[in-house]
Amino acid sequence: MTETKLASGTTDPYLKIERLSKLFGTFTALKDISLEIFPREFVCFLGPSGCGKTTLLRAIAGLDVQTSGRIFQGGKEISALPSSHRDFGIVFQSYALFPNLNVSANIGYGLVSRGMPRVEIETRVNDLLRLVGLPDSGRKYPAQLSGGQQQRVAVARALALSPGMLLLDEPLSALDARVRAHLRIEIRRLHQRLGITTIMVTHDQEEALTMADRIVVMNQGAIEQVGTPTEVYRKPASAFVADFVGTTNFLPGVVAGPGHVRFGDINLACELDIHFGPGSDVTVAIRPEDVVVRNIGPATPNAFSARVAEIEFLGSFCRVGLAVNGGDPSLVADFSINAVRDLAIAEGKVMPVALPPDRLRVFPRQTLTP
Amino acid sequence: MTAFATGDAAVTPLARRRLDRDDVLMRLGICLLIAWLCIAMALPLWALLSKSFQNQNGEFIGLANYIRYFSTPALFISVWNSVMIAVVSTAFVLPLAFVYAYALTRSCMRWKGLFQALALIPILAPSLLPAISLIYLFGNQGFLKELLFGGQIYGAGGIILAQVFYCFPHALIILVAALSMADARLYEAASALGASKMRVFFTVTLPGAKYGVISAGFVIFTLVITDFGIAKVIGGRFNVLATDIYKQVIGQQNFEMGAVVGFILLIPAVIAFTADRIIQRRQVALLSARAVPLEPKPVPRRDWAMFAFCAAVGGLIFGILAVSAWASVITRWPYNLTLTLNNYAFGDFDTDGWGAYWNSLSLAIWTAVLGTGIVFVGAYLLEKTRGFALGRALAQLLAIMPMAVPGLVLGLAYIFFFNAPWNPLGFIYGTLAIMVVNSMTHFYTVCHLTAATALKQMDPEFEAVSASLKVSLLRTLVRVTVPVCLPSILDISIYLFVNAMTTVSAVIFLYSTNTKLAAVTIVNMDESGFTAAAAAMAMTIVFTSTAVKIAHVLLTRRLERTTQAWRRR
Repeated sequence: MTETKLASGTTDPYLKIERLSKLFGTFTALKDISLEIFPREFVCFLGPSGCGKTTLLRAIAGLDVQTSGRIFQGGKEISALPSSHRDFGIVFQSYALFPNLNVSANIGYGLVSRGMPRVEIETRVNDLLRLVGLPDSGRKYPAQLSGGQQQRVAVARALALSPGMLLLDEPLSALDARVRAHLRIEIRRLHQRLGITTIMVTHDQEEALTMADRIVVMNQGAIEQVGTPTEVYRKPASAFVADFVGTTNFLPGVVAGPGHVRFGDINLACELDIHFGPGSDVTVAIRPEDVVVRNIGPATPNAFSARVAEIEFLGSFCRVGLAVNGGDPSLVADFSINAVRDLAIAEGKVMPVALPPDRLRVFPRQTLTP
Repeated sequence: MTAFATGDAAVTPLARRRLDRDDVLMRLGICLLIAWLCIAMALPLWALLSKSFQNQNGEFIGLANYIRYFSTPALFISVWNSVMIAVVSTAFVLPLAFVYAYALTRSCMRWKGLFQALALIPILAPSLLPAISLIYLFGNQGFLKELLFGGQIYGAGGIILAQVFYCFPHALIILVAALSMADARLYEAASALGASKMRVFFTVTLPGAKYGVISAGFVIFTLVITDFGIAKVIGGRFNVLATDIYKQVIGQQNFEMGAVVGFILLIPAVIAFTADRIIQRRQVALLSARAVPLEPKPVPRRDWAMFAFCAAVGGLIFGILAVSAWASVITRWPYNLTLTLNNYAFGDFDTDGWGAYWNSLSLAIWTAVLGTGIVFVGAYLLEKTRGFALGRALAQLLAIMPMAVPGLVLGLAYIFFFNAPWNPLGFIYGTLAIMVVNSMTHFYTVCHLTAATALKQMDPEFEAVSASLKVSLLRTLVRVTVPVCLPSILDISIYLFVNAMTTVSAVIFLYSTNTKLAAVTIVNMDESGFTAAAAAMAMTIVFTSTAVKIAHVLLTRRLERTTQAWRRR
């Protein structure tokens, strides 16, 4: 958190959410959410469907009112303001482009109502069309554009009134993979150019990791973690985050003593929170790519021998299922093709592997809801 | 727990969103809609209900009227008669319409468009028309009378035949819709598993169309049991509920007993309506987005059999229509068969002459214009307002209810409500306005559902986008919603026009000497023995509805052409 604040400058937050809750009948969609978003930040709300990320976005937009809690934008309280009195532009998953209006009319829709002179509207619309890379499409209708083009028009329309904040609700999920990857970069560039505070809702971790300055990981109406992509990936704050972002091995363990966890017959050294008393059940998490297979000597910590139970070839690397403690494969490791070739890794081979202590994360044991 | 909750709430106060101008306008609109539907439907029905518990002096007498009704066999027999007629008519129409719909959707027979158009003609005609044609064919001087072997067309048989003609297209529309939704993959799977054609029909086709069949059954049952015109013209001495109300109210001026019969007529209609709603709710989308539409393949033997069937049914429909058309242009059946247009000089048969026709036309136009406006704005308010759940639920309920109220009952209820001395709205009694209100209300539900369906298909975020762009909802309604929904809006207005033009039951109690309607003069002229003039008036209505319908088709086509740039999917 500290480093993020430094990155955004020591300014006041642009958007401040205080103890926000939302109930739909008896269902709690948002549980006591507090969050600060700084000027010019690109923030992603990431989580599985039903985690409340869209509800939070709609509360910020004033489309679904929170049950309790307050929202401040630019230092002004907006908790009770209707959408039409708030300052934001929004892009929906469906884009919601008006089908009977051409691209120019869609982008200029809000400008016309402001009573802007026709010539100025035309200039502004053309500027926006250039900005999103569709300079010649003004006279086309939405149905004549590809999905990716429609998405850009929706972004241009949202930016037309120069709002203080841009809200993107799963803007890429209706597109196919190739277009999605391309638009990811485009939106990121647009954000860097305009510097507009942006919130994007997504369930796609790759999108969040590549685009966001900070990620807000949500689960069951609550925030699990707020952090930069690196923080979220390297230091997941909970087993849920470790599981939802990227792939993670979860090893059942028992605390053996300060800085030590027993996993079967193996004794693992790790950074251990003080509140885990000896004998408490924990889950030890490690990412497959953090499992070390080279240069293992007698002094290497957390080294043990494992048997290669299965190998899955995935192009640039191999995903290897390792059996430890003599049982079924319980540890997944990603080895580079290099390592597989050099060490002649093959099914049935027994070899030493190591789990670097600084790569292990220890969480209280609980049943995970995948 | 309570203390904690209170403490918690003190920290984070419960949020209430302030309303912007659009919210206030929308809520106001819904309140107006509720008030409107109360005045036009709920309160009159209440007046009818309370009337049935009163004696002629307006004193409350409990169930005495009902007891008298059920202890008088001459009155009570009508309940049985009505139900019997409705059940038998439904039993005839359903299989006929099913095969016809099957031929239109699942075969490769020729002239599908022609057969479809032919089968829909009865919708454009008043229900009286088939009754008049049957009288010409099988009546006392009918030229096919011998086919009855001494039997009579006046009575149950005549009513059922005429009802089959009149209800056929209503069932057909529902069944065509049900049968045209089919997933080709199911059929491929069935034939890959070696199922016989018969087995495929009973395990795939029929279950797929099940809800359509049930729905069509209820619709026909309700249409028949509530229809007044056919029983009036061809029923003879065979009494049904609809004619009983008329006799009690117009013949004997016994309004209280009329109210009792009206309430009894409401019961089967409400039951059928409720059952249909429950079944509809159970219906899940059988067709997923990934379904492959079924394209019928030619099977010559089946296609020609279907062709023969459709030619026979379509021919009968055309024949019934042709009899009325022909009867309207011959001098004097059966003695003088020279052609003449004298029957269209309505002034010779009825004091109002063509005036009644013009009244009908203005009724139809007003109903179409005002009704479409109210229905569409009402549906828009219900679909697009946020919050205000209670008001919306109430308005929703009121919007669905008119479908369960037979026109005759609504008309009678209007007498009690608008003619009451205490009612400040009494001034519209006896004017064209009350009939416009009545027609708009009577046909409200179907139009409302059409509008709601069209609005549901629009992106739900249009309104959110408008708000974020600081554009008023009214502007978005005019700029986007109405243009996109224009085809449905046209459908609604045509539906209202044609129904207002052809209905008898909704207005039979409400016309005055100045505001007699074409469909009503058909009843009167038929009563006075001017059957040829009655046929001529029925044909005039058919021509008008047909002309408007053709204009509608052309307009819709034009619209599709001019808007195809953005309507393309």
